[in-house]
Amino acid sequence: MGSKLGFKHKDIIGLQDLSEEEIQLLLDTAENLKEINSRDIKKVPTLRGKTVVNLFYEASTRTRTSFEIAAKRLSADTINITASTSSVTKGETLSDTARNILAMKPDIIVMRHAVSGAHHYLAQRVSCSVINAGDGAHEHPSQGLLDMLTIREKFGKLAGLKVAIVGDITHSRVARSAIYGLTKMGAKVFLAGPPTMMPPGVERLGNVQVCKDMREAVEGADVVMMLRIQLERQGKTLIPTLREYSRYFGLNHEVLKLAKKDAIVMHPGPINRGVELCSHVADGPQSHILKQVENGVAVRMSMLYHVSGGELPTE
Amino acid sequence: MNLLIKGGRVIDPAQNIDDTLDILVANGKIKELGKGLKAPAGAETIDASGLLVTPGLIDMHVHLRDPGLEYKEDIVSGTRAAAAGGFTSVACMPNSRPVNDNKAITAYIIGKAKAEGVVNVFPVGAITQGSKGESLAEMGELKEAGCVAVSDDGHPVANAELMRRALEYAKGMGIMLISHSEELALVGEGVMNEGFTATELGLKGIPWAAEDVAVARDVYLAEFSNSPLHVAHISTTGSVRIIRDAKARGVKVTCETAPHYFTLTDDAVRGYNTNARMNPPLREAGDLASIKAGLKDGTIDAIATDHAPHHLNEKDVEFNLASNGIVGLETSLPLALRLVEEKVLDLKGLVAKMALNPARILGIERGTLKVGAVADITVIDAKREWLVDAEKLASKSKNSPFLGQRMKGCAAYTIVSGKIVYKL
Repeated sequence: MGSKLGFKHKDIIGLQDLSEEEIQLLLDTAENLKEINSRDIKKVPTLRGKTVVNLFYEASTRTRTSFEIAAKRLSADTINITASTSSVTKGETLSDTARNILAMKPDIIVMRHAVSGAHHYLAQRVSCSVINAGDGAHEHPSQGLLDMLTIREKFGKLAGLKVAIVGDITHSRVARSAIYGLTKMGAKVFLAGPPTMMPPGVERLGNVQVCKDMREAVEGADVVMMLRIQLERQGKTLIPTLREYSRYFGLNHEVLKLAKKDAIVMHPGPINRGVELCSHVADGPQSHILKQVENGVAVRMSMLYHVSGGELPTE
Repeated sequence: MNLLIKGGRVIDPAQNIDDTLDILVANGKIKELGKGLKAPAGAETIDASGLLVTPGLIDMHVHLRDPGLEYKEDIVSGTRAAAAGGFTSVACMPNSRPVNDNKAITAYIIGKAKAEGVVNVFPVGAITQGSKGESLAEMGELKEAGCVAVSDDGHPVANAELMRRALEYAKGMGIMLISHSEELALVGEGVMNEGFTATELGLKGIPWAAEDVAVARDVYLAEFSNSPLHVAHISTTGSVRIIRDAKARGVKVTCETAPHYFTLTDDAVRGYNTNARMNPPLREAGDLASIKAGLKDGTIDAIATDHAPHHLNEKDVEFNLASNGIVGLETSLPLALRLVEEKVLDLKGLVAKMALNPARILGIERGTLKVGAVADITVIDAKREWLVDAEKLASKSKNSPFLGQRMKGCAAYTIVSGKIVYKL
């Protein structure tokens, strides 16, 4: 397993498990592969004959579609299994589902699961590659990589940048993957959010500083990354109202002025317009949100390529 | 049937004995304790030289899963696991199916244990009917039927007024109340200790405050009602402090901890190890140090395993879906012996916490080697090294975080009423 370029892992579970060099490699490959997406014929034979199973235990449009497009552009066969249409609702265990899928000889399982650690569990039990498309509040490595690719494209580097991440850090796999990835690549991360959404010891995850005030995090930042607030997931005791949340932890023009002039705004989507992000900023010139989506396909192609050990596409 | 245990190092805190002595057992009782005893004709002799001889160990907190959950454990397998771990008596919690909240269930447990069990089984009845926390169980009749304590273990009695009345009523009936002190609102959907490890693993945390505020409530209710209270499985710095302070001002409170709380921290959860999932959850290094300090200064009276067998299907799942609890009967003794090696306890202290104190707390006539006492005896090889192997555990369930680890110390003989029920 692993690519000919020296990627050693069978699986990609989280950016915590990857070295700086491996992240670099994944990003460089993504940058190369990105060109395919603007070709007239958007397909290379790299993963021809390989089968990619998208196993989604949690609703997702963006990530699943992005993985599916990525696999198809590399000529892999893709199958989508979602919780609502599979035997999951009949109470089959993850272990049994995995065994049944494995019996059909897939090469890669791309899974999203609501439980943190589900991918560790799966990867230990299947011989094919496992790519994490998000597990609970643990990691979302493809999101972390697309965030980094977007930042690197803009600034030509990651090292030395100031990145503000604002929102519910406790329940965010996006935040964890961003923290691991960015701080390994030499960026400094500043976190802000209500204290009820700031997990204990988060500053020990990397080169991370926790700010009391959102303004402190945004001030002089190169990147402002806003997280989606999800009341239904996060319970009713953590913040008083979305109105008050928006007032203290929402990004608008006034707060964005505190960041560097050429700072970019990112969001993993889907956006709650008017809550964590005002529409003017979301659609404004500094917003890189759609670039993130575009880069998502490229980094997912890179991930699929590197775990499968295929040949790089010829120019 | 006579039995002579020769030349062992006898540890009996009730008599303040730590000496090389012989013990003569006749008709299931301790007949003589002394040096140079001669074996009567026909007596079996155990050469205990180089071994420890202690009162039969008592685990005051186990789950035998019988009746109703026999696929996890039953009275036969559970008492065999107890014997293999050096325990001659266990107190079994009432969260069977149905709950042991009436004399019929109590009678079933006692009857099956007498007929098929290999060690003494002392049932613990429920505090509330069905352990639902709504109305008191018939504690008087439970006691009469043979229950040695009441507890809703697994669930806290959430209603403070009901807990107050339970303490008062249990005191009146002369039965010990064991609390599972936990504030469920603070636990929420938590699955492990709240702290850095949970942050890293992205798992929902259970704050130590969930235990501390509940222990504080229960201790104050015991103080207010002037009733005895035993707090089960304490795991935090705060619980130790609250109980230490309460004892200092004369509150009739005792408590226990489990071997995993002085052996492991929440680091053991890394890799999403479901065999490190239990309730209360494994805590942090500071808590572990506090538990040891509490054992050393006497705040913590007893070591009990909270032996909680679960089927593989209930542990071989995603972490959030796994059942709480681990088996403990067969690893308790070697883990506790580490406390002696680390000089947290001396051998007398250890035996007090694993035999004498549990007997006193539950009011059972066990826990000493005094002449005339029931001959429940554990002979321990404290030096023997062994590997925890799932295949070799006597328990039906293998959910131990210590699988594959080296242990030092084990039971060489477990003797119940003068009869050898386990031999290494």
